[in-house]
Amino acid sequence: MDRADGALRVRVLIRPKAGILDPQGQAVERALPALGFGGVANVHVGRLVELDVEDASQVPEMCERLLANPLIEDYEIE
Amino acid sequence: MRFGVVQFPGSCDERDALFAARRVGDAELLWHADHDLKGVDAVIVPGGFSYGDYLRAGAIARFSPVMVEVERFAREGGLVLGICNGFQVLCEAGLLPGALLPNTSLRFTCRQVDIEVVNASIPWTRACEAGQILSIPAKHMSGRYWAPDDLPEDQVVLRYAPGHNFNGSARDIAGVCNAGGNVMGLMPHPEHAVDVLTGSVDGLTLIGGPV
Repeated sequence: MDRADGALRVRVLIRPKAGILDPQGQAVERALPALGFGGVANVHVGRLVELDVEDASQVPEMCERLLANPLIEDYEIE
Repeated sequence: MRFGVVQFPGSCDERDALFAARRVGDAELLWHADHDLKGVDAVIVPGGFSYGDYLRAGAIARFSPVMVEVERFAREGGLVLGICNGFQVLCEAGLLPGALLPNTSLRFTCRQVDIEVVNASIPWTRACEAGQILSIPAKHMSGRYWAPDDLPEDQVVLRYAPGHNFNGSARDIAGVCNAGGNVMGLMPHPEHAVDVLTGSVDGLTLIGGPV
């Protein structure tokens, strides 16, 4: 999304890498059927980082160096 | 031997680390905002919640001015010990392999644990015997060690004894070192096990190792 001041609104979605045990996701997955919501699988809990940036080309490096830990987390930039 | 104990905003075990280090040598605090290790012989990165553990435990602290100097010191072979949050900081800084994830229980747990010394040949463990069991307290919420697939067995320094891996760590790993053996990190707290009054003095064998 472009902003009037020229900055760009960026969202970074961060989640545990596939194959890494995600106890938060599991806890949510177990809680939903208790509320009557059936048919829910593969729940994962991650983080959302929103930021306004002047130079969106720097965002991947921001993710690699700080916003995510690439050893254990995947990220998506929107 | 003179130890430097790093203090970040949110550190909470730096006083115990100073107390423990002074049982085996001299020790002073190193402030997070200073590019100054004060010429110490070894650095302890203590436990706590540096910078509020915002984003991920240790993620912000690893970029603090003092950590720039700790990183240089470590890469030149200097002795560095990371305890709990300090272990998380050293992993985030890439000075130790792997990462620490939330405990499988998702609970903050505080308990005494038995850990086995599996590599007794690095400076921090050389006062121990291989196979020796140490009784040391642990207290954390994000202590589940994630090990890279290629982590060499000789970099696994400490393991939780059978039945004591309460956080779900890979391969029961409680502590690891870098390839050079000069940097070690562990989740349990040796600095809280230095006086018979609190039940164990086993922590002194680790902290006093290099002395």
